[in-house]
Amino acid sequence: MNIVVCVKQVPGTTEVKMNRETNTIIREGVEAIINPFDMHAVEEGLRIRERLGGKVTVISMGIPSVAELLKTTIGLGADDAVLLSDKAFAGADTLATSYALSMGIRKIGNVGLVICGKQATDGDTAQVGPSLAEKLGWPHTTYVRKIEEISENSIRCQRMTDDGYEVIEMPLPAVITVVKEINEPRLPSLKNMMRAKKAVVTVWTADDVGADKNLCGLKGSPTQVIETFVPVHEVKSEMIEGDAEEQARKLVDKLMSMRFPVGGC
Amino acid sequence: MDYFLTEEQQMIKELAARIADEKIAPVAIQYDEEGRFPHDIVKVLAESDLCGVYIPEEYGGLGGGVFAMALVVEELSRACGGISLAFAGTGLGTYPIILFGNDEQKQKYLPDIAAGRKLAAFGLTEADAGSDAAGIRTTAVQDGDEYILNGTKQWITNGEEADIFTIIACTDRSRGARGFSAFIVEKGTPGFSFGKKENKMGIRASCTSELIFENCRIPKANLLGREGMGFLVAMKTLDRTRPGVAAQALGIAQGAFDEALKYSRQRVQFGQPISSFQAIQHMLADMAIQIEAARALVYQTCRYIDSGAKDFSKESAMCKVFASDTAMKVTTDAVQILGGYGYMKEYPVEKRMRDAKITQIYEGTNQIQRNVIALELIKGLSKK
Repeated sequence: MNIVVCVKQVPGTTEVKMNRETNTIIREGVEAIINPFDMHAVEEGLRIRERLGGKVTVISMGIPSVAELLKTTIGLGADDAVLLSDKAFAGADTLATSYALSMGIRKIGNVGLVICGKQATDGDTAQVGPSLAEKLGWPHTTYVRKIEEISENSIRCQRMTDDGYEVIEMPLPAVITVVKEINEPRLPSLKNMMRAKKAVVTVWTADDVGADKNLCGLKGSPTQVIETFVPVHEVKSEMIEGDAEEQARKLVDKLMSMRFPVGGC
Repeated sequence: MDYFLTEEQQMIKELAARIADEKIAPVAIQYDEEGRFPHDIVKVLAESDLCGVYIPEEYGGLGGGVFAMALVVEELSRACGGISLAFAGTGLGTYPIILFGNDEQKQKYLPDIAAGRKLAAFGLTEADAGSDAAGIRTTAVQDGDEYILNGTKQWITNGEEADIFTIIACTDRSRGARGFSAFIVEKGTPGFSFGKKENKMGIRASCTSELIFENCRIPKANLLGREGMGFLVAMKTLDRTRPGVAAQALGIAQGAFDEALKYSRQRVQFGQPISSFQAIQHMLADMAIQIEAARALVYQTCRYIDSGAKDFSKESAMCKVFASDTAMKVTTDAVQILGGYGYMKEYPVEKRMRDAKITQIYEGTNQIQRNVIALELIKGLSKK
């Protein structure tokens, strides 16, 4: 089974800062990491390969420096890494991103399963996985917490829901997105780290994957960011002084004046 | 300090550090409390290819020598000096095979150890034979194609958790130290059992047991080297593994120092962090100086050994003494800096003080090491 895992470079912090002029994430000075949910996707890909054989190829779309980050997945045991990198891909929204990824996956060829993390920690949209499946014309299941059974032709997995899980069976090829509950990602091994040092990440441009540039990057993105801002969260508080009885009386008066219902219990 | 590690050594150190921080540190206090052997950590080490870093490449290892072993031990010990012993104790049990095993013995045992499928242990010490190793009572008597072992080994690191044991036994009492021989004994051999499991002050996640041999028959093919070479096997092995003890001590000291430094920035007394007081600053500076000096000596000794040097008993003993004395001092000072909290089990320095103590005692007490060093110095003078 040939498996492709989609990963994204994200800032290694939960405090994402935005450039208000360009409405893009400020990546300078912030450590770049692989989206943590994608690490679970890589792990699941490796586990399936251990059971069924085949290859795990990791793919990403991004700036050239992402190649170094992709090498860390080879350190974990991935066979190959592919980076889609081209000025034409810049400024892509989730639709244009999934189009580009779909073209990369078509070029890789003979793929049985695509695994994505459920969402990226910077954008939090959770759209690329399902959108990619549409572009490929394959079925998909999101929020997979367990693969119950997988063969060359089909997959049965548990999809996490708010109040439990659903069991979904699909023919392959297909796309799944995984939640962190699915596994615990492994540490790299020395032999794979050495392989990663020497590995060359394949870089493909829009032309290499035969992509229509009108569907890529900013041109291919119907989403337009008009403004970005951090919502202001203000809490006004007032300290009530006095002994307990006095404080209670003042509080009741206050609530009454604000027309809150005050009753016994 | 940049020690100009090779890319491979750097990789080994970084990977061991990740395992220490992500896998060992979160469980260290619990495993110490329960005296639990770290099977799960051994599995992680195996999956990371670290178990065989010091084993020659032709037997499934990485061929990184004593230095690679020390780097792993140091980093693991930074998080727990007891858990790291599953790895380090295996090194001690494996070196006799690396140094004196024939190709058949190496082929049979080393790949499993390199892959982390099997752990090893070294059986020298007995109740009446510690610093005076020549007092060994365990005997091995040849009977056709077999040797029959009788006797009891004591305080054996990895004890009942190991699968492969190298045992030093007496084959000819009349020849004194030249009458010892080294044997490979596998767990499960009839007549080989485990006795008392020790309840220790520190390194509690390590298993320390008695090995009992009662008419235990092993194939003659399990003899390491020749009859009479047992003492040499033990000494040559210990020369190579003492830097491992030194690395363990170094890691323990570094771990305690890191905690003390962090705490000194957080703890506020008299309205300011205690790190602003000169009394604390000087303690921290002294601790850092000693750790760095120990590291420089340990690393250089490892490089010297791996360069193919012939005689390095003195250097090996020096780095063991210096690093273990440093660990004892640094961990004691770390407890002092944490004050009352340092004395409590919820805080991570009292354990390191307990763990540090053994490094001054085992694989040759520091007093014996000083004997070795002095003897070599005098020998050197008489050669001139």
